[in-house]
Amino acid sequence: MSAGSGSLSGLGSAASPQVLRERARVIVGRGETMLDGAGWGSQAERALHEAWRDEPGLLGFLKTTDHKRIGRRFVVTSFAFFVAAGILAAVMRMQLALPDNHVVGPDLYNQIFTMHGTTMMFIFAVPIMQGMAVYLVPLLVGTRNTAFPRMTACAYWLFLFGALSLWTGFAINAGADAGWFAYVPLAGPQYGVGKREDIWNNLINLSEAMGLMVAVDLATVILKMRAPGMSLRRMPIFVWASLVTSMMIIFAMPSVMLAANLAQFDRTFGTHFFNPAEGGDVLIWQHLFWFFGHPEVYFIFLPGLAFVSSIIPTFARRPMFGHDAVVLSLIATGFLSFGLWVHHMFATNLPEVGKGFFTAMSLLIAIPTAVQIFCWIATLWTGRIDLRTPLLFVLGFFVILVLGGLTGIMVGSVPFDLQVHDSYFVVAHLHYVLLGGAVFPLFGAFFYWFPKFTGRMLDERLGRWQFWLFFVGFNVAFFPMHLLGLAGMPRRIYTYGAETGWGTLNLIATIGAGVIALSVLLFIVNVVRSGFNGARAGDNPWHASSLEWATHSPPPAFNFVVLPVVASREPLWTREADEPTHVSGLSAQTREGLVTTVLDALPDVRYSYPEPSIWPFIAAITVVGWLFWSNMTETGMFYGLIPPAIAFVAWYWPTRKETVEQLLLERKP
Amino acid sequence: MSAPEGTRARRRRESTPASIPAVRRGDALDVADLPSYGFGTRSLMWWGTAGMSTIEAMGFVLMIVVYFDLKSRSLVWPNEGHAPDLFWGTVNVALAVISIVPNIFADAAAKDHNVRKVRLWMIAFVVFGLALLGVRYLEFLHLNVRWDASAYGSAVWVLFGLHTFNLITNYLDSVVVAAVMFKEPIDGKRLVDVAENSGYWWFIVLSWIPIYAVVYWGPRF
Repeated sequence: MSAGSGSLSGLGSAASPQVLRERARVIVGRGETMLDGAGWGSQAERALHEAWRDEPGLLGFLKTTDHKRIGRRFVVTSFAFFVAAGILAAVMRMQLALPDNHVVGPDLYNQIFTMHGTTMMFIFAVPIMQGMAVYLVPLLVGTRNTAFPRMTACAYWLFLFGALSLWTGFAINAGADAGWFAYVPLAGPQYGVGKREDIWNNLINLSEAMGLMVAVDLATVILKMRAPGMSLRRMPIFVWASLVTSMMIIFAMPSVMLAANLAQFDRTFGTHFFNPAEGGDVLIWQHLFWFFGHPEVYFIFLPGLAFVSSIIPTFARRPMFGHDAVVLSLIATGFLSFGLWVHHMFATNLPEVGKGFFTAMSLLIAIPTAVQIFCWIATLWTGRIDLRTPLLFVLGFFVILVLGGLTGIMVGSVPFDLQVHDSYFVVAHLHYVLLGGAVFPLFGAFFYWFPKFTGRMLDERLGRWQFWLFFVGFNVAFFPMHLLGLAGMPRRIYTYGAETGWGTLNLIATIGAGVIALSVLLFIVNVVRSGFNGARAGDNPWHASSLEWATHSPPPAFNFVVLPVVASREPLWTREADEPTHVSGLSAQTREGLVTTVLDALPDVRYSYPEPSIWPFIAAITVVGWLFWSNMTETGMFYGLIPPAIAFVAWYWPTRKETVEQLLLERKP
Repeated sequence: MSAPEGTRARRRRESTPASIPAVRRGDALDVADLPSYGFGTRSLMWWGTAGMSTIEAMGFVLMIVVYFDLKSRSLVWPNEGHAPDLFWGTVNVALAVISIVPNIFADAAAKDHNVRKVRLWMIAFVVFGLALLGVRYLEFLHLNVRWDASAYGSAVWVLFGLHTFNLITNYLDSVVVAAVMFKEPIDGKRLVDVAENSGYWWFIVLSWIPIYAVVYWGPRF
């Protein structure tokens, strides 16, 4: 099967094309290429290391297409922005701690709450969830990289530059200041003067381009690159959630991108989309924004649910109760989430039928979430519980999410919503849902997968401290906001008078925010300490069932020395007699993977991954340059497209090495 | 193909759609003889293109929604300027439909591994595409409204511009794919690119028909 090596280098690169074709055709029997199939420590493993190695130094850093490196970058970058936006939240809490306070003035306060919301939603929540999926999905489905590795790399650079430009703007007093949903006309040409909202629109373009690219990439991996035997019915719940999330992103994100561009055209070219004096309509902004914005809540929330569904079976030591029901609930949530957007607009002039429909949908979506909660409870109830830190965060998630869900049902009804609209009640609700639904599971996920990411365990004692500080601090900070909202405190005000009587509750909320900050600080200390000195994890420290635990921690660049073959839902817990255990026969000397069929994951086609390339990085720079150029002058909109066009062609242009490798391994369909 | 010995009956029934199936060797599933590329849904690029087309289609659909929202809020439509002249737009519908022909042939030649024919039809398409782009330019001259005249003008220009952006992108894409066909040696994956490029062109043509209807007939009803 695997014979001698050296045929690749033996082909020579100086020969003429005809000679190359001929020679490649002669070798096409593949007997001379080293193939994989042997385990760790074999000659094939050494060849795989060589084939998948990134070149060292800065160039290798910029060129890499390794989904694990890129996924880690997504996670680290977006977590850094989470901390930055958290510091802004702390400033807001200090300003509001006392009546008539003067920590910051009104203009800076407007920038701060806009930066906080924009960063948390667009630069933290969505990218960190997609980053976790970029790291985990190829491992969970048992393949060697994402489907379009260069696109994954480019997506990260677009996101990084977008995030940095938003914060650079903030640093030079050009921070966006019209709220995270940038309603027109406040964000339009008439009121949003200066470059503040231009920078916001650029960020939307860049971060949504990132989101869409990653979504297409992940959907393709999930549908076409699963390990042989991993039929849809055997696919892990995490992967299902990633698939549903990716589909939602593909249908929802174009809406906000279009909206941001229309707003930008109004600002740059003098179009009249949102100008009622010339036949424009301001409400269409709200429709376009929330047609994206509401599904967005769910593509932050579904990965959170997926973390929970990964953690619970591991620490309950049994397969998920009601696996099918959980998967169907995820799919149902994906569909229903597109029928909710108008509940953000109950305070606008709506037809009565519309109000009824969107109220009904808002209540209906509670059902699939409830189904999942009951399945998790049943799994825990019937399992043998091992109460480690990841599970602790999941239990915290139950409490917070149920509270947030209950206030969600309250604001889902029009009469109640009209009373609390734009008040701190809504601020409390959205933080309960988003932190409860996404951040609690996310911390659980960090504790759960940190051993896989780094090869070391996070400290359990620090983890417990962090959890309790976070849980208590969160409730102290956000529960009083319900009461403040009912007492009439509007959101987005920079200060209030002592006669309102809101002082005490605000002070309590600020103390809670301090406790949350302490808890996040503990987490950072834990990551740094454990990253250097933590206990060694081994391949599968939690004795979990899914494929990411079937390889080393951290995994090598090629993920699996042999691609696994799957015969059940819990491949590491069950072993089907008389089934093949792994794949053999892929090239070990080049970057090769396997494409399988959509429904049953039967082996179908071998796939040569593209080599690392600098062009995704350059393409991202040129795209950013185009956006800013188009903000400055009208002509930049057109001439600015030339550099990206060149970069994308160079990205695609096949090199001789790639062509020769491809020919060498070629077998016609 | 018959399954090798030692495999279970169930596995034998689930033969892979590949012309050369994976074979069982001991504990391993040997995939060395699988093809190294495939056309249509067997190609990852097909799925990537499908995803990107869906995103763009969503953009078109939402822009059409915006168009009709603005129309519904206006007593007269166009609320400034005049409806675009029908001639060049209608010519371009005809040209777009005809342009599918070289694409179908290029697609078929690629699946046939006939590089000579692929080159021929790609060149035919690239030349034909130039006519399409020229007529698109004439269409811009006959829109009869400026983008900053009114909400109507804005909606027409952006809807029209969105499609033009896609048209130019895919045209350049076709030029590059055609150029690669002259860069020896050519591997099978590049023939898949030709087929995918043709598939994407279908999207450009099929999306033009509803957008044409909105841009040219929207102001007339």
